[in-house]
Amino acid sequence: MENRVVRAKDLMNVSQDPQNNVVLSMRGISKTFPGTKALNNVNFTLRKGEIHALMGENGAGKSTLIKVLTGVYPKDSGQIFVDGIEGEASIHSPQEAQNLGISTVYQEINLCPNLTVAENMFIGRSKGARVQWKSNEKRANEILSNLGIPAQADQELSHCSLAVQQMVAIARAVDMQCKVLILDEPTSSLDDKEVQMLFGLMRDLRDRGVGIIFVTHFLEQVYEVSDRITVLRNGELVGEYLISDLPQVELVARMMGKDLNDLADLEEIGQKKTASEAVVYEAENLSSSDSRPFNFMIREGEINGFTGLLGSGRSESVRAIFGADRVTGGTVKVKGKAVSITKPHEAMKAGIGYLPEDRKRDGIISDLSVRENIILALQVMKGFFHPMSRKETEQFADEYIKALKIKTASQETPVGSLSGGNQQKVILARWLLTHPDYLILDEPTRGIDVGTKLEIQKLVLKLAAEENMSITFISSEIEEMLRTCSRLIVMRDRNIVGELTGDELNQSSVMKTIAGGGQ
Amino acid sequence: MTVKNPEVSTVRRQPMSNTKLLMLIAIGIFVFMYAAAMIFLGKRFLTVQEIFNLLNNNAYLIILGCSLTIVMIGGGIDISVGGVVCLTAMSVAKFLQFSGIEGPAGVALSILLALAIGLFFGIEQGFLVSYLGIQPFIVTLAGMFLSRGVTTMVSSENIPIKHEAFQAMKKITLQIPGVLKLELGAAIALLILLGMYLLLRHHKLGRSIYALGGNQQSALMLGINVKRSRFLSYVISSVLAAIAGYVFIMHASSGKTSIGLRSEMDAIASAIIGGTLLTGGVGNVFGTFFGVMILTTIQEIMAASKVQESYWQEIASGAILALFILLQSVVLAQRGKKVQLQGRLKAKKE
Repeated sequence: MENRVVRAKDLMNVSQDPQNNVVLSMRGISKTFPGTKALNNVNFTLRKGEIHALMGENGAGKSTLIKVLTGVYPKDSGQIFVDGIEGEASIHSPQEAQNLGISTVYQEINLCPNLTVAENMFIGRSKGARVQWKSNEKRANEILSNLGIPAQADQELSHCSLAVQQMVAIARAVDMQCKVLILDEPTSSLDDKEVQMLFGLMRDLRDRGVGIIFVTHFLEQVYEVSDRITVLRNGELVGEYLISDLPQVELVARMMGKDLNDLADLEEIGQKKTASEAVVYEAENLSSSDSRPFNFMIREGEINGFTGLLGSGRSESVRAIFGADRVTGGTVKVKGKAVSITKPHEAMKAGIGYLPEDRKRDGIISDLSVRENIILALQVMKGFFHPMSRKETEQFADEYIKALKIKTASQETPVGSLSGGNQQKVILARWLLTHPDYLILDEPTRGIDVGTKLEIQKLVLKLAAEENMSITFISSEIEEMLRTCSRLIVMRDRNIVGELTGDELNQSSVMKTIAGGGQ
Repeated sequence: MTVKNPEVSTVRRQPMSNTKLLMLIAIGIFVFMYAAAMIFLGKRFLTVQEIFNLLNNNAYLIILGCSLTIVMIGGGIDISVGGVVCLTAMSVAKFLQFSGIEGPAGVALSILLALAIGLFFGIEQGFLVSYLGIQPFIVTLAGMFLSRGVTTMVSSENIPIKHEAFQAMKKITLQIPGVLKLELGAAIALLILLGMYLLLRHHKLGRSIYALGGNQQSALMLGINVKRSRFLSYVISSVLAAIAGYVFIMHASSGKTSIGLRSEMDAIASAIIGGTLLTGGVGNVFGTFFGVMILTTIQEIMAASKVQESYWQEIASGAILALFILLQSVVLAQRGKKVQLQGRLKAKKE
């Protein structure tokens, strides 16, 4: 397998070989943000007429690489060569990138919904002051029919489906003579039919010689449409592969990295406990605006996990359990009793706690103090007409600051000034204070230091063992899940594709299940 | 090519744009109201001159409506226009009355003075909103206080204008003798209406303003000079307000500190009734024109039906505005359901 990995040295040769039709070559790109090395000496090569998938988990550096390429971020070091440009290309803004023939179509479509299709294709490009409605519309219709895009020039863009809007954005790029087309997560809001339409257009453009960079987290789609894959992990290049050389399961292994996090062994953390038989939460055909129907149950004192790649639907599923997204169907039983959970506070009443994936957006209220953040959930459950005394809240806050070893100057410090790990502990404290029967932790260890990660893992095991709490634990790091969970639910492309227990709880079977049919 | 869509070649009927639909609703309501007035209140509503009177008496409001329409399409708001109207009217009155410059020269200079006032407010507010990124509501609120304050400084007394050349200009009317009479101010308002339509529909700047009102981030990515477009929308707005002030003083020929009180609110209401969305990106000056006509027709109907209490007028205007906004949101919600849903999903993903 190692021999298939194209090393940086080989790539250099590729870029100098005109026979290979290289249209874009990025050499030794590095980019550092305060605290993180987002890109470390990354090479990327795009050839004429290929669809090149850029793969990597969260934080792998794909979006940083794209942003460096399109001039959104300045690079710290490295060179970019574009076909037809003598020497190094200088790109300092999306506009400059566009002038060099590098166009990007973002997931959140950058067009104006209130204008017509034709206007969206031509606005901002014309020289004269007068808008040439007639000729623009004629030209737009030509391009649209040439590319087989089912839209009409004089149609208001908001009347087109998202897929068509995306295709209009592509048409604009194509008409601007782009050589490199970057599609950033173009399929994530499209249904299967629309995805096929988009793929048709992508293949068509490839045949016309456009180099396409395809960023996505849908594995199946990568294998359906791409010619080549470049994998990044933790800001470093893992390798460049022909699609035929890299089975799906190996791609997953490359993306996740197999290096064991050997900072802690299982003994140190504690033993997993066998759960009792009593079912705490049970859902049948539960679905929400963002998740497909699924069945799920958890026993008392059990720790289970949802795993899958980013975008596989793992977070959406637990959000549905907590009622954080609009619940569209299904029945839910808590401790054997049928209940309706469509809003977070109903879930809280039923004894469910949820620590959200995005703590900045859904979790902390950064201007409030540590104390206020800790008592928030308990206060909500008591109702705002039953305020807790200041003394009471101080006691609670104090207790949990000590118990979880939250590093804060005082109870009254605004949470926003704490480090990420400590913020996470504050939110954890908030939920522990309500003594939930069932606690959902969505990526509780993301972006925090290793020490705190271990502390949180230990705490999870302890809560299940000593307080009989049922816990759903989600993490991008499989190691972490294997260490804590006694049952793993595996998701792919928004469906549950497997459930692993006992001996199956090992890295390779998890990866195989995540990757699915590719083996 | 794997995807071919047969629909591409055949001509399909396009669903109407939101802008057009909302405008048609406004026109429909106006026609309905006016017809009802003709039937139930008779006489004066049956003459064509009545419509011309509406134009003559409310020319300045039509211009203010254009002001608000253009900033609101760009996703902004300008509540300083009423103050600018008043300041312009008062300054022009004082200038004509006390400068001692007689004849056409005086009139020409007074026009320049009006434009200068408009430009000053437009540039100041446009700069603050667009280049410094301050909330337009706050910036124009300050502009409103500023202009009202300066007006009182210019004069707290009424100033009747007796300038001869001005009086002569004021008397210019377009008319079919004995039948119809359209004042110069109304003619200017209609010309501005047409000009703004052309600007918004056929000029690069106009389309840029629509684009930035629709989605500012996208507009930027599409290569539009967002800041400049927004800046110019505020300049145009204030200059139009100054012209409205001049048109007002031509109609009233006396400067007062109470001129244009609340007229910014009437202008906002007219624009909204005419189908301009406060959220930006949708709207049309013709719609606004009918918005003005609807508001003023309500007044006329109240006057004709001998309702003495002025509060009925306000209650009726308020009710119609509320009704209209309800209608708008229902219509937009109905047709936008699918798109909105998709938009929401998209936002979630982020």
